[in-house]
Amino acid sequence: MAEGIKDKVAIIGMGCTRFGEQWNKGAEDLMVDAFVEALEDSGIGKKDIQAAWLAVCFDEVNVGKSAIPLSQTLKLPFIPVTRVENFCASGTESFRGACYAVASGACDFAMALGVEKLKDTGYGGLPDFGQSMGTRSRLVFPNMTAPGAFAMMATKYFDRYGLSREKGKEILAYISSKSHHNGALNPKAHLRREVSVQQVLDAPIVADPLGLFDCCGVSDGAACAIVTTPEIAKKIRPDFIRVKALQIAVTSGEELLYTDWDGTHVETTYQAGQRAYKEAGIKNPREELSMLELHDCFSITELVTYEDLQISPRGKAGEDVLAGFYNLDGKIPCQPDGGLKCFGHPIGASGLRMIYEIYKQMQGKAGERQIKDPKLGLTHNLGGFPNASICSVGIFGI
Amino acid sequence: MAGIISFGAFIPRYRLNRMMMFASMGWFNPVTMAVAAGEKAVANYDEDTITMAVAASMDALADDQASAGIDGLYAASTTFPYQERLNANIIAAALDLNPNIRSMDFSAALKSGTSAILAALDSIESGQNKKIMVAASDSRLGKPGSMQEHFYGDGAGAVLIGNENVAVEFKSSFSISVDFVDHFRSAGRKFDRTWEERWIRDEGFTKVIPEAIKGLLKKTGLNLSDFSKVIYPCHFSREHSGIAKKLGLDRSQMQSMMMDEVGDTGSAHPLLMLAAALEKAKPKDKILLVSYGGGADALYFEVTEEILNRKPKKGVSGYLARREDMNSYQKYVVFRDIIPVELGLRGEVQAPTAFSVLWRERRMVLGLVGSKCRKCGSPQFPPQRICANPACGSVDQMDPYRFAGKKGTIFTYTGDMLAFSYDPPQIYGMAEMEGGGKLFLDFTDCNLEQLKVGQPVEISFRRKYYDDARGIHGYFWKAIPTS
Repeated sequence: MAEGIKDKVAIIGMGCTRFGEQWNKGAEDLMVDAFVEALEDSGIGKKDIQAAWLAVCFDEVNVGKSAIPLSQTLKLPFIPVTRVENFCASGTESFRGACYAVASGACDFAMALGVEKLKDTGYGGLPDFGQSMGTRSRLVFPNMTAPGAFAMMATKYFDRYGLSREKGKEILAYISSKSHHNGALNPKAHLRREVSVQQVLDAPIVADPLGLFDCCGVSDGAACAIVTTPEIAKKIRPDFIRVKALQIAVTSGEELLYTDWDGTHVETTYQAGQRAYKEAGIKNPREELSMLELHDCFSITELVTYEDLQISPRGKAGEDVLAGFYNLDGKIPCQPDGGLKCFGHPIGASGLRMIYEIYKQMQGKAGERQIKDPKLGLTHNLGGFPNASICSVGIFGI
Repeated sequence: MAGIISFGAFIPRYRLNRMMMFASMGWFNPVTMAVAAGEKAVANYDEDTITMAVAASMDALADDQASAGIDGLYAASTTFPYQERLNANIIAAALDLNPNIRSMDFSAALKSGTSAILAALDSIESGQNKKIMVAASDSRLGKPGSMQEHFYGDGAGAVLIGNENVAVEFKSSFSISVDFVDHFRSAGRKFDRTWEERWIRDEGFTKVIPEAIKGLLKKTGLNLSDFSKVIYPCHFSREHSGIAKKLGLDRSQMQSMMMDEVGDTGSAHPLLMLAAALEKAKPKDKILLVSYGGGADALYFEVTEEILNRKPKKGVSGYLARREDMNSYQKYVVFRDIIPVELGLRGEVQAPTAFSVLWRERRMVLGLVGSKCRKCGSPQFPPQRICANPACGSVDQMDPYRFAGKKGTIFTYTGDMLAFSYDPPQIYGMAEMEGGGKLFLDFTDCNLEQLKVGQPVEISFRRKYYDDARGIHGYFWKAIPTS
């Protein structure tokens, strides 16, 4: 009978580069920077690592395919290395690989590294999806972008819950503004300025009703995690962090292909969250979680995620937002590091960057952003679009 | 006796005001002031000869069931997108006709529309075919600053030819075919060239059209006064009236050229004018239809009692009423690829079209055919083998289910300024379809400010992309919000 992953995996080292427009660093540089920090943090040697996972999404504009770019850059000595991709959930996907490797007893130490070098594409925003939809889909898929896909969820959310455009946009603006406050305190973030609610509201529209400051930017970055079992971790450092849950849910297709989906929530988030709470033994997330790193690719995504993760009631997350529930000094700080909003979204790295913040917070190393006495942290990493998505939820504790 | 079973029309939504055109280009050719009256209909960036032909054909069909039994598709145009790849086949696929049909392209002359009608009538009369859809469509291009740019409008007309329940019976025809080069365009060239206007008016229209009519009258022994309508195209307004005067026509017998509302739609124009006339025709009316270009065809029809049961879905009057000012001559010349614009990386990138995939999925892409589960009855698009209904999940229990021709309502939408569009913002969204199922489509022919969740939509065949590097026109369907 399967038991789940709770308390079977320990994180003993993590690294995260500064995220931003790193014109002077290629993907290889970012991989080395993240890896070196993680290795030094862990105290083990490179030769101890027995398996590695690489997360990269847009390989065609980045490092190219296969696991060779990681292995070759870091000079990993002929160990098993696997490249994984699951759209924007790729980072957590690489972490999953490493976790299951040590939890299964297949190896003692495993590593996950995510990297994305998006600032060489020449695009403002993500590269065109046309080529990545597959030969059949692209003949019938609309000419859409990521902001547009999520903007549709905002349109429907406002309509369904009777929010005027002004009220809806105000709630979304609070979300972005709150994250910017946190990012301003973070030396590794890309965007480090406070942004007021009014500035968010005044920003030009990208995909109606989302404006520029409702959208995270694209940037370059890498993050790395080294894991082992708690038994081995105890001998290495006292402040290792345990994985309490690691769940992923992928769409069945029914959101778009069948007619029950209401367009105002992300079903995969709900499903993965539900299973993660069960795995971690959490009965009341609103009471038990200490902090959240959610996939705030767009402000609306964060809003519905509060509801999909069963922290705010359906249709009422806006009230919690405006009351400051998710602020750094609120009941459950969300994006204490500034989130995708301030870091940008180097796709392969983001999921691991979220875990990095939870890890540092648990160890009391979050500087000006330190949350008092955190017990349980949750990461939420979402790939795809509201109507067809991949959601990874991780829960971490001591 | 063979004849017209049903008829349809299509006029694009955008209208370009001729004085606005003159304001932009009149400095170059002040003479165009003489024709700068009214407005002309112009295709949207996602419309072309083929999409308009599909729209006119669908307008001619009461519903999709009416396409059953169609065993021929004849398309006529002087502006087909493809020189080789049968354009009629693309139209047939959009109508989801079965492959056991005759299909032909008629081209290279403005009389090609009536030529196609004559050929269809012959096929029906010979007993070789039962029902042939004839669609004539043109989106002609005049050089900026030219008279042609003022004359030409975009549009399409369609007639379903058969011998059962005939609403407009074909009686006789008379044709003239001459190499009269009033204008021409050789392969690979973008614009027509014309000869002197006076010669075209005096030796062309004014001589050939009456000659064709006289030939038909002589052949049938009829007089012009026998006809309720004498329909002929001539974009020179004075000559159009002059011909009527020369023939001794009564005002009531004339059919408007619609120059001030649509413009001259080339090979489609006789069918468009006929469609307008038939909207008001009564049983026993005799109609004389003449085309012009490369000579002339004159066709004599007689309306039957069936006409009372025949109304196109929108027809000329419906499409005339549906309009939107284009508001900018620059937009027109950008849409027609006359001036280059900065497409940016998003506009330039074009994934290759895998023709083996397009072939295998032709009903899905061109016909908007999805699947409907036999077990739970839920329609799904794209078509699936495994039912998406979580309570069902049946495998290989699907029947083809066509979404084109169905109406829906807006589930959600957005206007995207990041996605490339020739007419930003790029609007797209999801529509819940009557009968079930959801479509995730680009929207077109709409303004973002006017959209609302729950608004009704219709589905329209459009050019989805144009791959300039490879010369590929790619088609699919879009949603049009209606009020």
